[in-house]
Formats: sequence, structure tokens, C-alpha cells
Amino acid sequence: MFYREAGDFKSSYQEDSQTFPIKFDRLRYYGVLIVAFGIVPLFINDYWASAVAVPFLIYAIAAIGLNILVGYAGLVSLGTGGFMAVGAYSVYKLMTAFPDISIFVHVILAGVVTAAVGVLFGLPSLRIKGFYLAVATLAAQFFLVWLFNKVPWFYNYSASGQITAPERTVFSVFVTGAQTSATAKYMFCLVILTLVALVARNLTRGTVGRKWMAIRDMDIAAEIIGVNPLTTKLSAFAVSSFFIGIAGALFFSVYLGAAEVGEAFGIQKSFLILFMVIIGGLGSIFGSFAGAAFLVLLPVFLKNVLVGALGWPTDLAAHIELMIVGGLIVVFLIAEPHGLAQLWRVAKEKLRLWPFPY
Amino acid sequence: MKDMNEGYLTADGRQIGGVVMELKDITLRFGGLTAIEKISFDIRDGEIRAIIGPNGAGKSSMLNVISGFYVPSDGEVWFKGVRRGPMKPYEIARLGIARTFQNIALFDGMSVLDNIMTGRLTHMKKGLIAQAGWWFTGAAREEYENREKVERIIDFLEIQNIRKTPVGRLPYGLKKRVELARALAAEPKILLLDEPMAGMNVEEKEDMCRFVLDLNDEFGTTIVLIEHDMGVVMDLSDRVVVMDYGKKIGDGAPDEVRNNQAVVDAYLGVAHD
Repeated sequence: MFYREAGDFKSSYQEDSQTFPIKFDRLRYYGVLIVAFGIVPLFINDYWASAVAVPFLIYAIAAIGLNILVGYAGLVSLGTGGFMAVGAYSVYKLMTAFPDISIFVHVILAGVVTAAVGVLFGLPSLRIKGFYLAVATLAAQFFLVWLFNKVPWFYNYSASGQITAPERTVFSVFVTGAQTSATAKYMFCLVILTLVALVARNLTRGTVGRKWMAIRDMDIAAEIIGVNPLTTKLSAFAVSSFFIGIAGALFFSVYLGAAEVGEAFGIQKSFLILFMVIIGGLGSIFGSFAGAAFLVLLPVFLKNVLVGALGWPTDLAAHIELMIVGGLIVVFLIAEPHGLAQLWRVAKEKLRLWPFPY
Repeated sequence: MKDMNEGYLTADGRQIGGVVMELKDITLRFGGLTAIEKISFDIRDGEIRAIIGPNGAGKSSMLNVISGFYVPSDGEVWFKGVRRGPMKPYEIARLGIARTFQNIALFDGMSVLDNIMTGRLTHMKKGLIAQAGWWFTGAAREEYENREKVERIIDFLEIQNIRKTPVGRLPYGLKKRVELARALAAEPKILLLDEPMAGMNVEEKEDMCRFVLDLNDEFGTTIVLIEHDMGVVMDLSDRVVVMDYGKKIGDGAPDEVRNNQAVVDAYLGVAHD
């Protein structure tokens, strides 16, 4: 009914390999873009921006980054929090050292710095796989947090040990600092997320993505076909860390405004983003969005229901909320190990035939 | 006819060219075990060369030496007139040697099309940054040009209808065919087939034989194959190497090999007195 491939003929390879081959899908995608860019900014207020929209956008960037590493290249990483911290501290150092350069450039450069650090910590992946690699990246997590705590140069010798984002503008609109409007925060993150998603899509649909997936599925065959495992694995670490660094930079400068490394970028962040990727669906860009949305929206939704609608005390609701989120994750992984993206795919296959199953 | 450097005419009248690869006194040891002992033979341009022998004779090890996956303990491999030193497997792929595996080694998480496209990797030059730009940097154009070549192979192997299916869902016979397609997509100088007919029924075997003959005919690919089905080997191949216990016991046209006493002994057994 909704998804008809019949009559939708493709006469060139370009048409055949587009992201949304079915017309209805394509229209819906344009619809989402129009709503996100044109309608949401008109109505967004501080509560929705800081509770839902901005964290969703930033976590989606981080989830896309981690998905490239875990989902596409098959390399498990628990260092996401540490890499986000690298992004945050690089953007802080850049912002304070070169105040005249656009924050947009700083955010991208923070990604580049994180990519370099990611490659460094990705070197063990050439020798070890699976759980052992996860432990090696865990070392990166702890080392980086320790480093940013212990070396005062990173936080410009501030007395509190915190980093605070100076005020910066894009087209003379504040995007960081206290005067920033909800709309500006939202739009800044949205623009970067859109660019990140496009780049991720381009990388994963072409040669680079195929190399990553080949290494993931069968590394010996990949090598015999002509994939260099060294450059392929390191490129996955570089691209993944680049996106995660951008997410960390935005998380600190746009969302938090001020951050202390252990609190903002601890091991919980690594797990949170890994959960997003697993729940959303490994090896799927859409899954990264879905996972981020699920884990950002669910606590907000539960809080509104428990405190707002049922009138429970806040502390009780907070504890129950943790248990429900945890329980749902377990249920979810048992019911659909391939994540929300797979659920979505199955739903689409069903809808293609609906209402006649044959 | 072995000594003619200009090549020879096959029984069905095809002209076989000069030597593409020459293996000289190859010895391969794993610790105390000698898998291959002083084997020499050559592979000529455009021919179908079979390696046969009883189980454990060292055929697969030989193929791994040719493909560069094993470095011989002793002996020399000459490819296109150059002596090949120890190389990484991915460097060998760039030289133009592709292979299929005895137990299929496809990328299960990817579609048939993507699997075959990985075969084009050695021909696609755009780097990471160019890939990110896609529409502006020519990466898209490169993709479509290579897609066209891959589509020709898909047509050739008659797998159009499963193009977008994930490989994990395919039955065995089709997987074998997709693997052949992937190796073929690399446009190799030498194509190595490790038991291409293993585990197939008669019809699938007939299909596979047709594909092997056709691709040799149409693309002029040099093929080295290991196979247990003697009927298939004798029908397909132009020259056969027979191995037993790591040694070469016969080499020549199928008819010569069939009448070779050592080969008959190895296959049928011989009374020791």
C-alpha cells in the first residue's frame, strides 16, 4: 500500500543506488528535512531544546561515529567518552587560543585532533580483536580522562579544573555561552549533524564502506581480495573518532557550556553511546538516529509520565526510570537483536504488501 | 609440447600463449612436516590448468603458494617474468591473482552486489576524502563505471535476480557462483579455483563447468583449478598436474596423465610385495 516498487523502474545505476530508492521513502525523507529545518526552529523553546532536541542531535553524531567503528568495521570500542573529551578539550583550547576564527572551523578541527588520537589508540586493533580490543580501548577511556584531569594546561590553569565555553557567534548569532537562544543551539547542531550524516552515508556506500564491512565479515578473504587491513582499520578509527570528536566538541561548547571531564565524559558516556548503537542497529545510519532518539526520549517520556501524569515523588520516579530503561534495553535485545533499524526494515517489508499479505 | 615457449594448440584448437607463472622447485614445510617437496611446473597464458591428487596430497597448499598466502620455504615463483618475493596477500591481489575458496569465504552481511563490488577494489582509486565528497569528487562516477563492469559479470553468471539479496540468505550453489563473480570482478590475470564443484549436484556442476569454459573463452582468463571430480577435470583442463604426498607424479595433457602408471597407482593403489 505505502511502499510500491511496482512501476518504479530505474534506468541508470545512479538511480538504482540512491539512498532511498522508493519514491514514498524519498518524499518522507524530504519531509523530515523540511520539518527539521523549517518548522521545528519556529516552535522550539528552552525546555525542549535542552531536554530533547540538542542532546538527541549531539548523541546522534556520536552514535554515527561509533556505528562506523563497531557496526561497519566490527571493531568494538569502549573509549567513546574519552574521545568525546578529546573533542571537547581541543575545541576549548582552540576557542581560547584563536578567538577570531569561526567556531565552525574549531569544531571541525577538534574532530581532526580526535581523529589523530583515535588512530593512535586504534593501533592495537591490528593485533587484537573482540573483547581484547574492547579492553584496550577502555584503557584509552581511563587514560584520557586522567590526562585531562591531571595536566592543568588543558583547562588553562583554571582554579576549579573546569572548562567553560567562551561566547562565540556564527553569522553574528550566539551559538555558545549564556546568551545563546534555543533556536541557535538547535540549528547549529542540526546543520553539523546533517553534514555528518551525509558524509557517513557517502563513505559507507562506496569503496571505503565496503572495505570496512569486508574486514568485519571475513578479514582473511578481505585481505586476499586486496584490502589492506592496516589502513582500513585505522581509517575506521580515524573517521569514527572524527565524528565522535565533533560530538564531544558540541556537547561541551553548545550543550553544557561548562564541563568537568570525569563527570561529562566518563565511562557512562561510552556505554550510553554503545547502547544507542546496539539498540539502534549495528551497521545502519538510520539505526544511529533511532538509538539516540530512543535513549534520549525514553527517560524524558518516563519522567513526564511518572512525575507529571501519575504524580510520583521525583526521587522515586528517577530510580524507577533507571530500572525501566534498563529492563527495556534487555527486553529489546532479546526480542530484536538487530536493533530498531531491523524492526523498521521488517515493518517496511510488511507495509509493502499491506493490506494484502500475498 | 611442454618445452615450447611460444605456447601450443589445445585439442579443441585454442592457442595457448607463453608462460605467465613459473614455479621452480617449490618446497613448503610446516615445522617437521613437508607439505610440498620440490615441485616445478608452469602456467601458460589462457590455459585451464588443473591440480589433482588424493586427499592430503598438498593441492590446497600449492594453491596457497601460487596465491601468495603461503611463502614457500624453498624455491622460486616467477610471475610475468619477474621473481616474486614474499608479499602481503593484498599486494598479490593488485598483481592480478584472484581466487575462490574451498569453503566459501563471502561477506555474509553484505548484498550480492556489494560482495561482487569488493572484487573491484583494486581498480577503484578514489580515497577517503574523495569518497566523502561523492557527488563532487568523481567518486560517484567511479562507482557507476565499476558497477557497469560488475553488472556484466552478473549477467554472465546469470545471477541478476539475487543482486540485492544479502549473501547470508543464499543457498550453497549460488554462494559458490557469487564467489566466482567476486573473483572475476577483479579482472585477474590468473584465477585460482579451489574445488569449485565441491558439494554440488549434477546440474549445478554442469552450470559451473559452462561458466568456467565460457569465462576462459570470453575473457581469456588463465585458470588454475583444484577438483576431485575426475570427469570434470579431464573435460575442462588443458594440462593437469598430479600430486601425491607433496610430490609431483605427473604433468601433461589429460590423456597423457590418464595413462601414466604412477598416477594410476596413486589413485587405485598398488600392491606392495
